[in-house]
Amino acid sequence: MAAPLIQIEDIHKSFDSLRVLEGVSLNIERGESIVVIGQSGCGKSVLIKHLIRLLEPDSGRVIFDGEDIGEYDFMTLSKLRLRFGMLFQSAALFDSMTVEENVGLGLTETKRYKPGKIREIVNEKLELVGLTGVNHKRPAELSGGMRKRVGLARAIANSPEVLLYDEPTTGLDPITADMINKLIVDLREKLEVTSVAVTHDMKSAFEIADRIVMLYGGKIEFDGTPDEVRGTTNPVVRQFISGSASGPIQA
Amino acid sequence: MPGGFQEIGRHGVNFVRTVGGMFMLLGKLIISFREVHRSLGLLMEQLYLLGVKSLPLIVIISIFVGAVSAWQAAYQFKFIGAPLRLLGHAVGKAVVIELAPVLSAIVYAGRVGAGVTAELGTMKVTEQIDALESMGISPVRYLVLPRVLASVFMVPFLVIFANFVAIVGALVVSIIGVAISSETFLTGFKYSFELSDFINGLIKAAVFGFIIGIVGCYYGFTTRGGAQGVGRATTSSVVVSMVLILIFNFVFAVILFRI
Repeated sequence: MAAPLIQIEDIHKSFDSLRVLEGVSLNIERGESIVVIGQSGCGKSVLIKHLIRLLEPDSGRVIFDGEDIGEYDFMTLSKLRLRFGMLFQSAALFDSMTVEENVGLGLTETKRYKPGKIREIVNEKLELVGLTGVNHKRPAELSGGMRKRVGLARAIANSPEVLLYDEPTTGLDPITADMINKLIVDLREKLEVTSVAVTHDMKSAFEIADRIVMLYGGKIEFDGTPDEVRGTTNPVVRQFISGSASGPIQA
Repeated sequence: MPGGFQEIGRHGVNFVRTVGGMFMLLGKLIISFREVHRSLGLLMEQLYLLGVKSLPLIVIISIFVGAVSAWQAAYQFKFIGAPLRLLGHAVGKAVVIELAPVLSAIVYAGRVGAGVTAELGTMKVTEQIDALESMGISPVRYLVLPRVLASVFMVPFLVIFANFVAIVGALVVSIIGVAISSETFLTGFKYSFELSDFINGLIKAAVFGFIIGIVGCYYGFTTRGGAQGVGRATTSSVVVSMVLILIFNFVFAVILFRI
């Protein structure tokens, strides 16, 4: 059996006196769509940022494709990051740039394609996320859903092997959120990428996941398929998916 | 009292952390310098945004700095009975050695240092800097290098204008307000003018530009906690830049003008 594409080994991470991750270990197989669920502030975004070393663990390591990314120098790390695409919670579009410049920035800066080639790729990716005719708009002129889709187009511009989604449906109305979920499933099929998403939106998690992992108390509380999540008797998971205020999870 | 010691300790730790963080950013900046050719377009943009757009403000302030220097000098000369023909000499020295470099840098720190910190701080809290990194782009090469280099080039550029405009302001006040001839003022100025003073002023300005750039970027990159955090970082950036400008100005004075 092939080694997992990503191995997270006993990651600990604190910010000042606040312990966020307290020994998280997780394997992610190539082509898998994994969703990490958990309360707001439980460390889901912190965990996903470790995968491309936007954050460094206090201890533990992340192995990607058999190599410890903690040992990478800056140039090797930059090359690693080109194999990933990330959609940020707030889309994180550059305010001073147009949609076209946002989506094409990585290509301009890292691949150094000619402007015509970049425009061609940008249009192709925008079409993939269902956006046309917005190339010259600025992020401030777009709705929340459109901003997420531009963020997604930017994440796939470099044709990555792994897509990371940080709260892809947060702040969106239910219809737009469903549209984003379908887009994530659609992109996974078309681009054959490995997906890692973090969310507290259970509808989104059930729609896009092959496997759901729940983070609680800085550790992995549960790891199973969507059907296993639905059928579990684990009180923490049950309380979370039912959205009840009473139970072991305290706000 | 233990609370007092704790407070002193906390400030001490923060101070060490800030200084260490600035040196770490400086180290990354030096490393990113090998890719400066890839940042030339961004540098040109920052030269315009940070430098050229500061010119009108520098010109207005310098006119009045020159004007008030001439007025105050004339008032003091009358008070101690010094000859007014020395007015051009005194004002010229003061402007070229101290007033133009220091006040231009202070004004630049207020306008540009604050702007750089607010811009990068907002990018930080909205994850735009993380987004750059996630695309394999170095934020230091893409954001810090052009801003620091632009400041190193543009503060001396602004000081050249500030020197000229301040002397013109002083000249106008001398002619209209003090009633000395332009020849008298300019003869005094020419007599006092030394190229080394002018060049030292420009070297000081470049150092001040570097300080404003690196401090502005550091506080922007370390911003935490939303709009309030951006405001706090911006205030810290301007205050630290101004204090460092005045400290380094004193160091320059001690090194360059041996008593």
